[in-house]
Amino acid sequence: MGNRPPIVVIRNLCKSYFRGNQVIQVLNDISLDIDDGEFLALMGPSGSGKTTLLNLIAGIDKVDSGIIQVGGVDITSLSETELAQWRAMNVGFIFQFYNLIPVLTAFENVELPLLLTGLSKKERRTHVETALSVVNLSDRMDHYPGQLSGGQQQRVAIARAIVTDPTILVADEPTGDLDRVSANDVLELMERLVHELGKTIIMVTHDPRAAKMAHVIKHLDKGVLNAHPQTDF
Amino acid sequence: MKIPIAYNLRNLWTRRITTVLTASGMALVVFVFAAVLMLAEGLRKTLIETGSNDNVVVIRKASESEVQSGVERLQASIVETQPEIATGKDGKKLVAKELVVLITLPKRGTDKPSNVVIRGIGESSMALRSQVKLVEGRMPRTGTAEIIAGMSIAKRFQGGGIGETLRFGMRDWMVVGIFDAGNTGFSSEIWGDVDQLMQAFRRPAYSSVIFKLLDSSEFQKVKERLEKDPRLTVDAMRETRYYEKQSEIMARFLRILGLSLTIIFSLGAIIGAMITMYSAVANRVFEIGTMRALGFQQKSILTAFLLESLLLSLIGGIAGLFFASFLQLYTVSTLNFQTFSELAFTFSLTFEIIYQALIFSLIMGFIGGFLPAVRASRMNIVDALRAS
Repeated sequence: MGNRPPIVVIRNLCKSYFRGNQVIQVLNDISLDIDDGEFLALMGPSGSGKTTLLNLIAGIDKVDSGIIQVGGVDITSLSETELAQWRAMNVGFIFQFYNLIPVLTAFENVELPLLLTGLSKKERRTHVETALSVVNLSDRMDHYPGQLSGGQQQRVAIARAIVTDPTILVADEPTGDLDRVSANDVLELMERLVHELGKTIIMVTHDPRAAKMAHVIKHLDKGVLNAHPQTDF
Repeated sequence: MKIPIAYNLRNLWTRRITTVLTASGMALVVFVFAAVLMLAEGLRKTLIETGSNDNVVVIRKASESEVQSGVERLQASIVETQPEIATGKDGKKLVAKELVVLITLPKRGTDKPSNVVIRGIGESSMALRSQVKLVEGRMPRTGTAEIIAGMSIAKRFQGGGIGETLRFGMRDWMVVGIFDAGNTGFSSEIWGDVDQLMQAFRRPAYSSVIFKLLDSSEFQKVKERLEKDPRLTVDAMRETRYYEKQSEIMARFLRILGLSLTIIFSLGAIIGAMITMYSAVANRVFEIGTMRALGFQQKSILTAFLLESLLLSLIGGIAGLFFASFLQLYTVSTLNFQTFSELAFTFSLTFEIIYQALIFSLIMGFIGGFLPAVRASRMNIVDALRAS
């Protein structure tokens, strides 16, 4: 994979927040390349800027300065509307608390991102069924999130993340709210997505077991990045 | 693409107690709104149906109603010689010189006096009003103190029933018949021989002359001739127009009073809807953040929450109309300001009222839901996701 250009290119990224009149520098001159098909874990203490970096890569937050290119597109130059369209096609989200819509069934939750594509109802159904079969939940498609366990809900969320076949998957503490068994299931599933389907995953985690699954671990501390390559594939 | 409507419907169902309470507030306002319009429409319909388009009412110039009018005997005789007047089956001209007098009679049950129209009729009066049918007893004999009462009078006034006696004009009058005038103003009248009534009330002049046109299109011609005749000081108008005019002030009064009340009530309902929608937005911050992250545009979120508010108001509107529709079973009696007489009529629900009431409820929903929907759509994605 070394010959292919990186799927994510970050250069001189800075981000700060205002707390009252005080400026808090969250990310300071970050530069990072993420290869296509890479499983990257972002670690670091609370407040180190991991989630902020993930949000910026996913295009749900705005940079102060610097460049983020995903799949060759400079997302820092996109307008709010263009960014929303870009996210719909290129980013799959996996959240710590699953963020499923409680009043929609597993099928409808997975279908939600497809409503933003031009697919017909029949095509959407095929995509949703495929995504749910990848996460082994074909038999639960008519269940509401409240009728599923935490692990199952997170698998539905993963199906929702992959259903549009996005350029990157971003996961924020995907095992943070799960018991050990469910967490292992979810991590194994994410590993399968990388190995079998060639997905690129950027994951923020505190969990060393989760980080072990990643190809590359990056540590953030006080807004500065330190590389700790873990495994060489 | 829009957020699926199932999302809105199921959210309303999930919060069903709040939904029912908010929709009830709106239903109450729509009920009042529809009731006022139904009342005004019922009044209008009753008075308009009272008249016939072929009939012409002749009253004294500038008088608003038969009660204020006076047509001298000589003038009445000139009117009845007009060549455009139709002839009945019996060969007599379909023209009636009538007297209208207001008296007060006590109501059944309460003893409370109320105004009633006494109409002195001629031989052709019944034939002129095809909607009036004698349902019980017989017609009063000419030259006697006999009367017939409209069904509404027979039911609601003491002494109004068949065989009973009413005292007015210093005489006792025997009710010998009951007539049904359908949904018209005649139902609230008492009819007797015009000459007997003129004597009893010491009236030297008739109130009006009513005649049927042989050819309806000749109205303008006969109107102009009567109004320009130097011997006459009269106004001639079609009977339908005459009764429509009678309802105008009253219907306008009902509308203004009712709509003012409705607007005040609706402010409460709008605030109720706004509170409900603000709480819906506050409870679903993470859902909003998630959908925005997935790629739904701000306008999709705005539309979804606005749609939810509109659905809420539509539920309220339909419920309000449903309950208002039962008002059609009730008969209301009130004083007609223009004739000062008691008038009984029913609430009338038309498609126009249904349409107006639903539009009104949707407007309430739109106003109540707009600010919360704007708030939802402008939410910062990162802040919204952090709320989860």
